[in-house]
Amino acid sequence: MKLLFGRPAGLTDINQRYCPGCGHGIVHRLIGELLVEMNIREKTIGVAPVGCSVFADEYFNCDMIQVPHGRAPAVATGIKRTRPDCMVFTYQGDGDLAAIGTAEMIHVAARNENITIIFINNAIYGMTGGQLAPTTLPGMRSTTSVKGRDVVTQGYPIKVCELLNALDGPYYLERVAVDIPRNIIKTKKAIKTAFQYQLDNKGFSLIEILSMCPTGWGVTPVQAKKWIAEVMANYYPLGELRNRAKEAK
Amino acid sequence: MPEVKILEEVCKGCGLCCDNVCPVGILRLAPDRINSSGYHPAEITDMSKCIGCGYCYMTCPEPAIEVYK
Amino acid sequence: MAEKELMYGNHALVEGVIHAGCRFFAGYPITPQNESPEYMSIRMNEVGGVFLQTESEIAAINMLFGAAAAGARAMTSSSSPGISLMQEGLSYIAGADVPVLVVNIARGGPGLGNIAPAQSDYFQAVKSGGHGDYHTIVLAPNSVQEMFEFPRLAFELAEKYRNPALILADGLLGQMMEPVEIKGEPIDPKTLPEQDWWLTGCKGREKRVIRSYDLRPGKLEEWNWRRWEKYQKILKNEQRYEDIKIDDADILIVAYGTSARVAEAGLRIARQKGLKVGLLRPITLWPFPSDILSELSKRIEDILVVEMSLGQMIEDVKLVVEGRSKIHFIGHPGGGLPNAQEIYNKILEIRSKK
Repeated sequence: MKLLFGRPAGLTDINQRYCPGCGHGIVHRLIGELLVEMNIREKTIGVAPVGCSVFADEYFNCDMIQVPHGRAPAVATGIKRTRPDCMVFTYQGDGDLAAIGTAEMIHVAARNENITIIFINNAIYGMTGGQLAPTTLPGMRSTTSVKGRDVVTQGYPIKVCELLNALDGPYYLERVAVDIPRNIIKTKKAIKTAFQYQLDNKGFSLIEILSMCPTGWGVTPVQAKKWIAEVMANYYPLGELRNRAKEAK
Repeated sequence: MPEVKILEEVCKGCGLCCDNVCPVGILRLAPDRINSSGYHPAEITDMSKCIGCGYCYMTCPEPAIEVYK
Repeated sequence: MAEKELMYGNHALVEGVIHAGCRFFAGYPITPQNESPEYMSIRMNEVGGVFLQTESEIAAINMLFGAAAAGARAMTSSSSPGISLMQEGLSYIAGADVPVLVVNIARGGPGLGNIAPAQSDYFQAVKSGGHGDYHTIVLAPNSVQEMFEFPRLAFELAEKYRNPALILADGLLGQMMEPVEIKGEPIDPKTLPEQDWWLTGCKGREKRVIRSYDLRPGKLEEWNWRRWEKYQKILKNEQRYEDIKIDDADILIVAYGTSARVAEAGLRIARQKGLKVGLLRPITLWPFPSDILSELSKRIEDILVVEMSLGQMIEDVKLVVEGRSKIHFIGHPGGGLPNAQEIYNKILEIRSKK
């Protein structure tokens, strides 16, 4: 019997500590597969900041660095400018990227820094226990918005891809999801495209991935999966927002 | 013939692979047993129907599923 | 005798950094050190290095973290409020045992303060300015020559111990001109040997991880004790100081950086009047030169500490002296400078009470 599908060599053998049904594991696996399929595992340096993604340094089977909350784009810039031949990606959650790391996110995109940001949008702070995130939907409950996000006092969510799309810098921006197999396939394709653009020295890419956080949302994994399609993807529409390669044609 | 192997000790029983993912509907959470972490692992009800598409593997966050052919 | 060149302190610093083989600079504009990054932007371009003007000091220190983790000699330059913003990153860098160089051209504080020279960042520099148990190696130049020389020393110490290093100066040292002798051959960064912790892509080897956390029970404590052992080695081996006329002194001045220059002028007046005054100038503020000060305090009754602050280094002096000597103080916080006459007057006052 030949193994068709199984844990890729781009992941370590360590079993992940994420909660049952967490989307992180799916995205980890896609990156792990691409590290092997694109033959880049031995030239990749990953940057894991703070949040649930703090554990990513143990799970990816490539050189990794764990860095301060929100600062991964700056650290990745330092690495890439020092080792331009390496493939450098950051793996960041929504609190990390779109709250505390907003400045670093915007400026790395404006510089069109030749790195890739993998952005996990699960609309909540997972690691710290389900608090309101910059991406929490209006009316959505969290442990710091127990009656639902009140936009009058707590403001509106940040749509990261749309925000960055206002800049001239970014080369490639796409929003995808990991709820169902069709979207998971698209997610892998988007990450692969971003990695390839980096290898081709095209510049900055960000892939925003709508991802389940059943624990933070207080629902079952299956309910979480359905909520992405029924609610979350309406607020955060899936699709390619920027692709300079296509504009050039 | 394709074959799906569930790594029962790795499975966290999230059920994502069991919900409208398998085209031939042969996955479910084992109703009668739990693993050492206390989860009902996924199981295959009729391996002979498996078409080896890998969708179950694709939706598994761990991954606790291997597909052979 | 090698040829000397007249240089600004801030420019000498840049030449020293380039001479030391550093090819990575990231920083954010702040007075009174802007001449450094401006000149650095030109020099890095000339030598094929990286110059990044960042969105904040927070980004700058984290770019250093990444660059140094990938094997670069990396440095930033800033001034007091900017150094405050870097403390989070410095804590992570210290916790991950990564060598970087940070230069603080300090100014008056707290808050926005002013842009006059000050020494009120001493506590922040030597007592782990960010969170957690850690130390930064701190060098305090007092001349333009040392502004040129200390970057190389700082990188060597930082790399020897895998520890961040800091040069603590002020705007006076940055903006004055003095002749500088270019000593030694410049370092070609390509000749620096690859280290077994650099992130380079895991070709032909196991993956490497650089991090500052360990959630396993008891493991962080073990790790921190190992770092404590490193600190003990630094404390034992790397104390540096300059002493002037200490052999027959019965009054000792302790001062560093700009204060030490003024103190030396005060000493000269006192010596002309026949007073036996010596000066101990700490060059490393951490490790503090405890051994020599401890010895001197066994025979010198009076120690005068001169600082451009409300009194920060004086606490370390007291810790070392352990009550053996009387400690006197001249302080100028908020950007004020001491002067030689003031120091001489204080010495007379101390003398009259003997």
